[in-house]
Amino acid sequence: MSQMLTESPLDPRNAVLDQVCDAGDPWMAEVKKGQIFRILDLEGNQAVDTLFYSAADPEERYSAVDTIARQRQLYLTTGSVLYSNEGRPMLTITADTCGRHDTLGGACAAESNTVRYALEKRPMHSCRDSFMHALNHCGCATHRNMSKRDITANINFFMNVPVTADGHLKFDDGISGAGKYVEMRAEMDVVVLISNCPQLNNPCNAYNPTPVRLLVWDPVQAAA
Amino acid sequence: MSAVFEPAAVLWEETIPGGNHWSGLIRRGTALRITDLEGGANLAALFYNPEDKLERYNMPDSLKAQHTAYLTTGHVCYSDMGRVMCSIIGDSVGWHDTFSGVTDAAMIEGQYGKATFQTHRNAMHRSGKDGLLIELAKYGLGKRDLVANVNFFSKAVPDDNGALSFVAGHSKAGDYVDVRFDMNVLLVLSAAPHPLDPATEYKPAAVKLTAWYAGAAAPDDVCRTQCEQNARGFINTERYYL
Repeated sequence: MSQMLTESPLDPRNAVLDQVCDAGDPWMAEVKKGQIFRILDLEGNQAVDTLFYSAADPEERYSAVDTIARQRQLYLTTGSVLYSNEGRPMLTITADTCGRHDTLGGACAAESNTVRYALEKRPMHSCRDSFMHALNHCGCATHRNMSKRDITANINFFMNVPVTADGHLKFDDGISGAGKYVEMRAEMDVVVLISNCPQLNNPCNAYNPTPVRLLVWDPVQAAA
Repeated sequence: MSAVFEPAAVLWEETIPGGNHWSGLIRRGTALRITDLEGGANLAALFYNPEDKLERYNMPDSLKAQHTAYLTTGHVCYSDMGRVMCSIIGDSVGWHDTFSGVTDAAMIEGQYGKATFQTHRNAMHRSGKDGLLIELAKYGLGKRDLVANVNFFSKAVPDDNGALSFVAGHSKAGDYVDVRFDMNVLLVLSAAPHPLDPATEYKPAAVKLTAWYAGAAAPDDVCRTQCEQNARGFINTERYYL
């Protein structure tokens, strides 16, 4: 497995947005075309379940299968383009100190946890519940008429889900660590929807969900 | 009833010409033998619960519950509500793709050229996405309901770095997959080419649907016993119909 890690020259002191999303919390924001968006894994091995929507029309949204098929590539890293369901570039990954991000694992849900772990796990905290909570409460969703219909296969930033040539899907130990980040340039105005995964049943994060930090730079700062 | 395909038990049969699209309500307990009539078929498929169309096939949940990146005998297709929508009870192909999605009109024109109805009548070039959207519209569904689909008969394999290669000639004429429907399912299909198929001539193969009554998954069913996750998925489905 070869990975090319790419660092960013951007200084957090110049960021126009700098927020922490606690473990298990959702987070939503708009990122304008040309702005740079960074997700920073503060303590390591966190999975940041992320969806993107066109701010102009949320029916246009990140498409895992378009992203995979158009680049003939299962994993994301520097240079990867995140495509919409209309086949248009939404964001381009411009820096990545982790090296690989998952497109197939999706988000945990109360209902899928009953299948994956045990029927009685249904009351546990889950990412799809966090997505639903955000869509009902966050200002950048409530006027856009978004719902469960808009929840599709998401990116898991920092998560390592290798697929073998014989088609076996593995949930490996994370290759992320404290301080690792992924950074992307918005190619259109987008709405970001994150559930900072609260999964307590999966050893990939040592059963210990942790916070992440979200930063946005304007194009001017990015060029400086 | 029989989980094994028996020609004497056939309820109906229908052919989908290459490039065309189809949809219909398949009731719980019915199975479809889907046959690749010419070889090299690709059948994009989506599954919805007709009683609650927000419940639909979920590719990530299906893959991670079964620790697989493809579908074959013993695998089931999960809805986003933790239920088994349908299950693969027989398969002569061995690998069905579910992470590559469908072609759109621009991809089809770029790869195969433009062929409209005016010039080519029913031999026109159609994209997988347009076929699925046409069928979805018949039930009041649209782009927001179009999610990652199954591509029956197609195979794309990753290398260690995740770079995908399309396996040409994977499915042969006469190859089939037997899919049992464990819920009432609104089945939406498109027989357009796979997005990674490098062919330069638009010549998607026809597929045949052959329905028979297979009944509910027995206690020793190959899909139910495949893994403990599937055993729980069937319990969720069975509770839904109590």
